[in-house]
Amino acid sequence: MDKDTKQQTTEEMADVQLIIGKILRLGVLVSATVMLIGLLLLIVKGNGGYPNNTFPTDFTEIWHGIAQLKPYAIMMLGIFLLILTPVLRVIVSIYSFYREGDNLYVVITTIVLVILGISFVFGILR
Amino acid sequence: MINYALLMIAIGVFAGFAGAILGLGGGIILTPILTLLMGVDIKYAIGASIVAVIATSSGATIAYLRDKVLNLRVAMFLEIATTLGALSGALLTGVIDPKYLYILFGLLLLFSGYNMIRKLISHQEVLHLAHPDKLSSKFKLDSSYFDNVEGKTINYEVEHIPGGLAVMYGAGIASGLLGIGSGAFKVMAMDTVMKMPLKPSTSTSNLMMGVTAAASATVYFFNGSIKPMIAVPLALGILVGARGGSRIMRDMSARSIRMIFVPILFYIGIEMFMKGIR
Repeated sequence: MDKDTKQQTTEEMADVQLIIGKILRLGVLVSATVMLIGLLLLIVKGNGGYPNNTFPTDFTEIWHGIAQLKPYAIMMLGIFLLILTPVLRVIVSIYSFYREGDNLYVVITTIVLVILGISFVFGILR
Repeated sequence: MINYALLMIAIGVFAGFAGAILGLGGGIILTPILTLLMGVDIKYAIGASIVAVIATSSGATIAYLRDKVLNLRVAMFLEIATTLGALSGALLTGVIDPKYLYILFGLLLLFSGYNMIRKLISHQEVLHLAHPDKLSSKFKLDSSYFDNVEGKTINYEVEHIPGGLAVMYGAGIASGLLGIGSGAFKVMAMDTVMKMPLKPSTSTSNLMMGVTAAASATVYFFNGSIKPMIAVPLALGILVGARGGSRIMRDMSARSIRMIFVPILFYIGIEMFMKGIR
């Protein structure tokens, strides 16, 4: 690789990293806010809203709990949003590589996303 | 309840701080603290660790992307191997006796620790290849970063890409099957095998370990291993700690990071090895 193309790659990478950084920060902020609201609500109410200190683990239960402002349901939603932040990182990376015209890395990053998707389905089914 | 939450937040700040600097998930630090000190059931400790890895990763990556220390192409390229490894690890549960894996991975970490000591003694942090690696050029993996301590931009090249991919696949299996050691192996693959400088290695490991952990996190989420009362205050503390750690890391020399890293590698290596022969 000659010097010019290397320089260009570095600059393009800088832009991509800034965009990913901004979107990632937003994702982290949203999940942290939801977790914090849940935690504060738990401290104020003194219990998680479920009998025997259990907590909801499927979407239906979590949605019902959120509608009733149950602290544990809101906290579980926050955790799930946090789990999604790395996935968000991969999706934004694909878009950024695409905008740069780096098709090789669009393909590579898409493969990562597909494997992640398979793992998610596997996790839900198991 | 407030005291419990505050204590968890404090533990999180500590784990996130250390994890961000070293490129480790913090599970190796958190699991003993949670089980031994806090009396948390091992099932919930593992669940909390997975969330902790993601929190460390996301918290630190924000700063590392801004500072342009990490190498996004290396991350995504190697992530194929890690996520495939994590998936195979999950599929292999019950097929392979984890005992042998603990021995194998334990020895690998000890070997990596030995290599890091050699680097410390030889005072050679950055590799410059006389002949560029073909695969590395093809996949545009060579890059540069600005080192605050040295006050200059450091250009670097990477080599032994297939070896790096193999270790990354192993790292994926380790995290999918054993639930630990994913960060340590990632740093090892980049620093020891591919000869990438330490700062890009630990920060790239930070970005990657969140993606790998996300692959197995849904399993733990839906089987009820993630307890909100433990995971939430811990994650909030980690997000704060990881931000702090990633800021401090900029102003640390690669050499001092390596000095903290070596004893931790030996600790994890011996711990895993002992688990295997027990």
